[in-house]
Amino acid sequence: MTGNAYIYIFAMAAVSYLIRTLPLTLIRRRIENRFLRSFLYYVPYVTLAVMTFPSILTATGSVWSAWLGFAAALFCAWRGMGLLPVACAACAAVFLSELFLL
Amino acid sequence: MTKDHAFLRGLRDGAPISLGYFAVAISLGIAARGAGLTAFQAALASLLNNASAGEFAAFTLIGAGAGYLEVALMTLVANARYLLMSCALSQKLAASTPLIPRLIIGFDVTDEIFGAYIAQPGPLNPRYAYGVILIALPGWALGTFLGVAMGSALPARLVSALSVSLYGMFLAVIVPPARKSRVLAALIAASMALSALFTLAPLFAFLSTGARVILLTVALSALAAWRFPVEEEAQP
Repeated sequence: MTGNAYIYIFAMAAVSYLIRTLPLTLIRRRIENRFLRSFLYYVPYVTLAVMTFPSILTATGSVWSAWLGFAAALFCAWRGMGLLPVACAACAAVFLSELFLL
Repeated sequence: MTKDHAFLRGLRDGAPISLGYFAVAISLGIAARGAGLTAFQAALASLLNNASAGEFAAFTLIGAGAGYLEVALMTLVANARYLLMSCALSQKLAASTPLIPRLIIGFDVTDEIFGAYIAQPGPLNPRYAYGVILIALPGWALGTFLGVAMGSALPARLVSALSVSLYGMFLAVIVPPARKSRVLAALIAASMALSALFTLAPLFAFLSTGARVILLTVALSALAAWRFPVEEEAQP
């Protein structure tokens, strides 16, 4: 960390609050621009995908356990399981595989 | 349905969200610890943000020594989906909803809470929202606090395993809709492939983590919006 922790936290909180509150307070009608609506629709998918991969591969004690955790999460998510079960499956896959790998 | 019942229903629907938050926030706390934040600072950040991807990305950048502006910009991009959700939520509020409830509801819009709101029939009752927020938010902050506080006490194997729980949650958000849409599935695959390329290729080594996420998000989302504009019914 190179700065003041509370300034970082304030910057994060201010941005988060404005993002969430401005639409709720300013928009009383619906957005009609098709490109803008589509762009906003796609943003979360790209952001989360880019943040997940390949970072997940270096998050654990071994790249192989990370691959297994990634595969387990993909499989469970594809089956339509909820946030908590998918997260638990990924953790379990990493934990169990590292009993053998490390 | 009286007003008080709406508040209680909010508490009830928020309880499982709170529990899930608590478990996942522990791994967020581990990331905050890696960035050099104290348990109090991390819990404060969670209380004020309640944004898994946004906080996680910001903590990563803080740990990497990024500046205030880069962290703010990263928060903007990682939380950009809440802009869309709040836009959708603005249509779910009765037009007569006063400013104060709007300011409170806007404080805590997340994927899960948004899902709970949208599942409600008719316009959103602010008291229902208060119930959900009041139980979900402390679970998130408490989990973050414990993640930082217990990070050193936890066995290395457990920390290693918990470190993937956030990624698991991200995948649980983006993968199920991709099953119903080839465009989304291809977009996610392309995002991951390009992200790997940008991370590994020496040519792009000058890009920081934040810059890579911002660049790819804006470029790929704009490309997808241009080539595959979303039909009205598919919108949340």
